[in-house]
Amino acid sequence: METNQTNRSQQRATKLYKKRSTLEDIWRQLRRNKGAIIGLILIIVIILVALLSPLLLDYDKDVIGQNIKQRLKPPSSAHWFGTDELGRDILSRVIYGARYSLAVGVVAVFVALAFGITLGAAAGYIGGKFENVVMRICDIFSSIPSVLMAIAVVSALGKSTFNLMLAVGIASTAPFIRVARAAVLVIHDEEYVEAARAIGMPDWKIIWVHILPNCLSQIIVQATLRVGSAIIAAAQLSFLGLGVPAPAPEWGSMLSAGRQYIRDYSYMTLFPGLAIMLTVLSLNMLGDGIRDALDPKLKR
Amino acid sequence: MTNQEANEIILNIRNLKVRYETQDGIVKAVNGVDLTLRKKRTLGLVGETGAGKTTTALAIMRLVPNPPGVVECDKLEIGGQDILSLPEHKLEHVRGNDVSMIFQDPMTALNPVFTVGDQIAESLEIHEHLSVKDAKERAGDMLELVGIPRERANEYPHQFSGGMKQRVVIAIALACNPQLLLADEPTTALDVTIQAQVLELMNELKEKYDTSMIMITHDLGCVAEVCDEVAVMYAGRIVEEGTLEDVFNRTMHPYTEGLFNSLPNIKDRKAKLKPIKGLMPDPTNLPVGCSFAPRCNYATDACLIAQPQLRSISQTHRIACTAYDNPEFHIERRIL
Amino acid sequence: MYRYILKRLLMLIPVLLGVAFLIFAIMDVAAGDPVYSVAGADATPEQIEVLREKMGLNGSLIERYIRYIGNLLRGDLGTSYISKLDVMKVYLQRLPNTLKLATLTMIVAVGMAIPLGITAAVHQNSIRDTTSMVLALIGLSMPNFWLGLLLILFFSLRLGWFPTGGSEGFRSIVLPAITVGTSLAALLTRTTRSSMLDVLRQDYLRTARAKGVSERNVIQKHALRNALIPIITIFGVQFSNVLGGSVLAETVFAWPGVGRLVVDAIDQRDIPTVTGALVMTTMLVTIVNLLVDLVYAFVDPRIKAQYTK
Repeated sequence: METNQTNRSQQRATKLYKKRSTLEDIWRQLRRNKGAIIGLILIIVIILVALLSPLLLDYDKDVIGQNIKQRLKPPSSAHWFGTDELGRDILSRVIYGARYSLAVGVVAVFVALAFGITLGAAAGYIGGKFENVVMRICDIFSSIPSVLMAIAVVSALGKSTFNLMLAVGIASTAPFIRVARAAVLVIHDEEYVEAARAIGMPDWKIIWVHILPNCLSQIIVQATLRVGSAIIAAAQLSFLGLGVPAPAPEWGSMLSAGRQYIRDYSYMTLFPGLAIMLTVLSLNMLGDGIRDALDPKLKR
Repeated sequence: MTNQEANEIILNIRNLKVRYETQDGIVKAVNGVDLTLRKKRTLGLVGETGAGKTTTALAIMRLVPNPPGVVECDKLEIGGQDILSLPEHKLEHVRGNDVSMIFQDPMTALNPVFTVGDQIAESLEIHEHLSVKDAKERAGDMLELVGIPRERANEYPHQFSGGMKQRVVIAIALACNPQLLLADEPTTALDVTIQAQVLELMNELKEKYDTSMIMITHDLGCVAEVCDEVAVMYAGRIVEEGTLEDVFNRTMHPYTEGLFNSLPNIKDRKAKLKPIKGLMPDPTNLPVGCSFAPRCNYATDACLIAQPQLRSISQTHRIACTAYDNPEFHIERRIL
Repeated sequence: MYRYILKRLLMLIPVLLGVAFLIFAIMDVAAGDPVYSVAGADATPEQIEVLREKMGLNGSLIERYIRYIGNLLRGDLGTSYISKLDVMKVYLQRLPNTLKLATLTMIVAVGMAIPLGITAAVHQNSIRDTTSMVLALIGLSMPNFWLGLLLILFFSLRLGWFPTGGSEGFRSIVLPAITVGTSLAALLTRTTRSSMLDVLRQDYLRTARAKGVSERNVIQKHALRNALIPIITIFGVQFSNVLGGSVLAETVFAWPGVGRLVVDAIDQRDIPTVTGALVMTTMLVTIVNLLVDLVYAFVDPRIKAQYTK
């Protein structure tokens, strides 16, 4: 009886304290979260659709090829999502549009990551005047609404898909600066960083080898959630006519076109919007799940 | 005679059981506790962390959070009033009015966004239906009673030291002059010098207001200071109870003995401390037999079979230990 | 306290100057040389120089910036290239619409978020919690201009309860306010819930319950006040964002607010209007930020103590 019990608690202790790699640990936590798994599966499907769409569809014929005889046909077995004002199949355009939205979202976040982490980490590590200037610029950026910011950047650089990515990226840089700086400030005075400094490791290497890996988790969470908001921001700009130029099938610009016909052909506004929502929803569910998995204290 | 005696009983608990149903299993925090407390008496509820002392006090207040807590009880009466069957809005009249509680950590027990005066006045407004102005006035009186100048009523908790905060918590608890005061380790979080002050204050106020008190603590010195009766808890059960004399000078339970042996002895500093070996059993997985048996030096096979019941040794003294089935059995501790 | 406010107001100045410069510089890069487009193709070089001076475009970027700030201090934001109207006047014409929409939007957002967030936290892991959180997640993932289109589709076109756009009367503001309010409510609900969950575990709520405070007051008086700080933070960010104009909702509902003004001006390369409107917006935003910090002090005496230190 007694030995049995000690055995069990020993097993429990080893189970608790057994060393596991963090990635494995995160995955174990994540697997238990239904929402995160649904989000993960959805986003994988969406990414696959985006990657495979050139194999399934002929861009010139199916996606941008006009067919006036077939214009404004409501959803049917031939055109599941109906056709638009130029007779293009909306389903094909929505599928192909995933390429644009995902690319814009991911690249924009990478732009924000690159600027944000470099500036934030440097600000936290170097401190002093440099930190002050970076943080004030950060304040300035945050005090302009991010949509207006992105609009201003696009109009300065001109309308193109790449400039859209850049604009959305620049407009969402400030949060990454803050996260990276805060993380660096926390780790900055840890003994292992001081030890690295004591053996003469150059600063950039300390940041790269010791500091960044330690704030990686927070950055991953921010990045996952930000891809979603970047997709929305890009769709907003396209909706205003400042994003991906026509005739490319961007979801935001499809909505903008659909808006003209909302009175009689409401299906045109339905499907691109659903596509945006589904993509962002799955990213948010996954991001929330990763956040909870990284910090079980937050999962309440 | 019997009638009068019954009238004097402030707290009467029969077979209190509390369990917490968590994801990791069912934590059996309290497993059949009986307690009786008479007017003006102070009972010390003693035991290690996790023995179920605080949960017992919360159950008396009907404040065990549900979920995950589930309370089962045959009888729970305060001042002759059945607390078990009261609906929530009636319980609100009992809490703070008939029975009050002082919490372990004064640093976190006060709401940081309200002045201490308002926090004391609140119970007066609720229970004595005083106007805001009168309640404030009385709150000032209460502050003076616990040794804080009344001008400080408009200050916020963060402006007070730990000992002062605990005085405020005491003032809140006593504001409506309750029949029963539950003090959950009121001095544990305080400096030693402040501890003595707070204990003295509580003793004084208890005398003044004829309040009965349950003092939850693991500090035997504190028990000796203020308690008339003592109940020793282990793994959610009472293992020994009696008057202060009974438990301190006529100790019978091996666990109580272990508690005393864990104390340093100033008279014999060469003597080694004799801590109780091992840890308290996992409350999600309590043993079938005596919960203390795995750690008990006197344990026999009989101890592992069944849970020992409390038995009376004298009019006041009761213990739960199978070993005493053998009339020859006695513990090592010198009986004075 | 007053010293703190004064200090904060003084700190606004460099931020405002910085924003003005940033916008100035971006617009300078963006616009190319507006003189040619205004003067027309057949203008002589002399005419262009005269016009350049008249438009205040002579001199280096820094010189023009300093001149601009000087005018700004007198309340002069310049004249629109397109409409030839005074920018300050045009901005102030649009501002009331934006303020109206912003206020109603925040009322909608708070009215939805606080009760939902509190209910979710108090009944954690219950069906009510799950429902609120799923709703918030959907709200967070839905582009608000699409929500606006759906609302028009249903409430204007199908039911005919509200106009599809414009700014005539109270009915026309309902759908835009719901559109923007709902998407802001999503984040606000999540913030309320997590902040309340933090507070609900605090010991002082047990003290309040032990005093006999009713559960309703424990939540609404003792817990909520302590949970407010993060909620106010998010509220402040969102409020300042809608003050900049909810461009998308203004577009969808043809609401003549500041956001539309800026976007149209950007489209037409109307630099004075863009710069002027953005500078004014930033000023409003920084003032809102200051107000938010002052509200902190009212809610939490510990923060107030920090300010007065």
